Amino acid sequence: MAASDAHKGDVSMRNAFGSVLAFLILLLIGVLAFSIRLFSVIKYESVIHEFDPYFNYRVTQFLTKNGIYDFWNWFDDRTWYPLGRVIGGTVYPGLTLTAGTLYWLLNSLNIPLSVETVCVFTAPIFSAFASWATYLLTKEVKGVGAGLTAAALLAMVPSYISRSVAGSYDNEAVAIFALIFTFYLYLKTLNTGSLFYATLNSLSYFYMVCSWGGYTFIINLIPMHVLLCIVTGRYSSRLYIAYAPLVVLGTLLAALVPVVGFNAVMTSEHFASFLVFIIIHVVALVYYIKGILSPKMFKVALALVVSVGLAVCFAMVAVLIALVASSPTKGWSGRSLSLLDPTYASKYIPIIASVSEHQPPTWPSYFMDINVLAFLIPAGIIACFSPLSDASSFVVLYIVLSVYFSGVMVRLMLVLAPAACILSGIALSQAFDVFTRSIKFQLPSLSDHSHIDAGDASSENVVLDDTIKTDKSEDTPKERTTKRSKKKEKEPVEKPPSKSQLKKRLSVLPFEASIVAVFLLVLLVAFYVVHCVWAAAEAYSAPSIVLTSHSNDGLHVFDDFREAYAWLSHNTDVDDKVASWWDYGYQTTAMANRTVIVDNNTWNNTHIATVGTAMSSPEKAAWEIFHSLDVKYVLVVFGGLVGYPSDDINKFLWMVRIGGGVFPHIKEPDYLRDDGKAFDRVRRTEIGKKYFKLTHFEEVFTTHHWMVRIYKLKPPKNRIRGKNKRSKSKTSSTTTSKRKGTRRNPF
Amino acid sequence: MARSTSKDAQDLFRALWSAYSATPTNLKIIDLYVMYAVFTALIQVVYMAMVGSFPFNSFLSGVLSCVGTAVLAVCLRIQVNKENKEFKDLAPERAFADFVLCNLVLHLVIMNFLG
Repeated sequence: MAASDAHKGDVSMRNAFGSVLAFLILLLIGVLAFSIRLFSVIKYESVIHEFDPYFNYRVTQFLTKNGIYDFWNWFDDRTWYPLGRVIGGTVYPGLTLTAGTLYWLLNSLNIPLSVETVCVFTAPIFSAFASWATYLLTKEVKGVGAGLTAAALLAMVPSYISRSVAGSYDNEAVAIFALIFTFYLYLKTLNTGSLFYATLNSLSYFYMVCSWGGYTFIINLIPMHVLLCIVTGRYSSRLYIAYAPLVVLGTLLAALVPVVGFNAVMTSEHFASFLVFIIIHVVALVYYIKGILSPKMFKVALALVVSVGLAVCFAMVAVLIALVASSPTKGWSGRSLSLLDPTYASKYIPIIASVSEHQPPTWPSYFMDINVLAFLIPAGIIACFSPLSDASSFVVLYIVLSVYFSGVMVRLMLVLAPAACILSGIALSQAFDVFTRSIKFQLPSLSDHSHIDAGDASSENVVLDDTIKTDKSEDTPKERTTKRSKKKEKEPVEKPPSKSQLKKRLSVLPFEASIVAVFLLVLLVAFYVVHCVWAAAEAYSAPSIVLTSHSNDGLHVFDDFREAYAWLSHNTDVDDKVASWWDYGYQTTAMANRTVIVDNNTWNNTHIATVGTAMSSPEKAAWEIFHSLDVKYVLVVFGGLVGYPSDDINKFLWMVRIGGGVFPHIKEPDYLRDDGKAFDRVRRTEIGKKYFKLTHFEEVFTTHHWMVRIYKLKPPKNRIRGKNKRSKSKTSSTTTSKRKGTRRNPF
Repeated sequence: MARSTSKDAQDLFRALWSAYSATPTNLKIIDLYVMYAVFTALIQVVYMAMVGSFPFNSFLSGVLSCVGTAVLAVCLRIQVNKENKEFKDLAPERAFADFVLCNLVLHLVIMNFLG
């Protein structure tokens, strides 16, 4: 009696202690997720990184200065020079609004942080949120232990760090949190069948739509899961509650975001959800009728209902197809098409193919970005199949799809990372569970506590608990022998889950084997941690606006970009137009506050092609194009002096291709002749032309390391016959392009 | 053949009707509500087909408000239904509160989208 009482008290004490511990661990995971992303601030400075973040930063500045209503109506005349751009209607506002709210909140609490500081630290803060959301999601699938492991893994997965270091102020920073949280709420609704969570789910989906174009992944993945459940006979009324309100509310909410608007009902990316919406109603009706009729009557009814249902389905499909055919973009946007057909972009849209993050990843990038998780994923998938619940089937579907998408585009590795963390977390926690339990079971002194402590990790989900544990034992040698473990796995699944006590005994492994296995697993995780810290510190923290290089004589810092932008903002007129390749558009508007011709939001291909043509034309023609665009200065990035690899000559072929796509007189083969002498670092030979003079452009500024060079368009000359002729003959004799010419100047 | 089919169908409808008349009144009220919402949606779709969908956001919000109302009511019906064992623990009051909350969100969005 007393013993059982004590045991009961013990259990509740243990639960309380366990949840406090879990809370503390979560807090520490949050701190870890935040602090591991601060390497960039420590090694460089608190600065916004790369290209797109500068645009987001500028938009946030505008939002905090002018308020939300001006933001929605903002027409930006500093970009895409004669055209301009409607920022309020073409930007995903989630990130900006989040940072704006943070800024407003902090300032109303009398914490005077600058907009830039808030923007720099938004991504680390949200990665802490994302790891907490991962905990919740994994808890829905496999319990607290797996949740904590997955959260810890996600806090430092390199793939996610690469997009969310301090200063990397981009949509993905908040979108990954929104993605995971939406999935969590979906699973929560699926497990509880509560309309309350369904409402939260659609709101969270709304936040995701606000934040990132990747929301289409959600609105396709969830219907696929619903379809999977229906096909495998797992339909339940909880599924209906989780899905049907999400479609209606989610569609309406998505249509509220200006950049999505009517696309939410007009483009093919969303049609899958409507189709499944209809299917689930038919299925729900069938199940309802099945419930109220006798089995014999139901057979009769089946023929009728199914035929009517099919007829309705076909009618809807016909309507949908008609809509697809009539919709302006034929339903699919270029980016989605390039997902379904990986070769699409390189064939038809050079502007998408030219972005390096849209290329397919190489094998090493998988090991770089998810490291040991790549080996743990198969084990996690197996763990999900024993016992297969609605939630675990969702996770399996998620990983399968995201592996495919990550194989198409490097940047979608980011979508794979959370799935990889969740599955690896499940695999690791279940493996540890089994090993520690079998160790404790065989230590006589601890045998009392063994049961207690082992149960601790997964006491939350009583239903799954016992069955899972037994299977897991075979699960750990899995890294090496997945096939074998799969076979073993089959047996326990078939057993009824009632005799848990007996099975627990069966699952005990040899003492020494468990010790060694635990040791190896800890080693594996330690290796992962070392790799993550290395990746965060060395690989992914460079702001790319400030460059460093280590050489024999110490550290060199190349701050040329900011030097050039500062020069522009101090020495040129406010309304001067600056032309550069589109990569530098956002930075020029944000840092130099000058009007640019094209920028990183590549919405107008013709305009970019015009600049590309100008860049690849002879000097005179280039001058004419630039002059017609009212350009005063041309900004050129030159890596020749310090060996900066991604300069304009590196991008030159894309300028030619994009220019040639619209203006056929630019032909790629014309630029591939080898006729000169500059210095090719790879082949260690001189190529190109040197020592020439520019006629129509003059150099006005060159930065310290010659990385950015700014040229001014000379005003048109008076028409003196002789002079004019001379300059003409000069340009024609040096058939090189103007940009090529500028680049050769140093030698 | 045809006669046996129609007889089957008659039997079926009779069985359906008798089974349905056994459902509690509150569920029947919800069913009526759902029917009404779906019917309203249909009217709007027919109207759109005849007149055109010019203020597309108005049409969309009109139809989706009806569809949404129907869907939420079906959810409520599922949760309140005593025969659904899955929702034994869920008090009808709680289900109704959730329903109201969800409707509130839905119609706030609709009002926002309408104009």
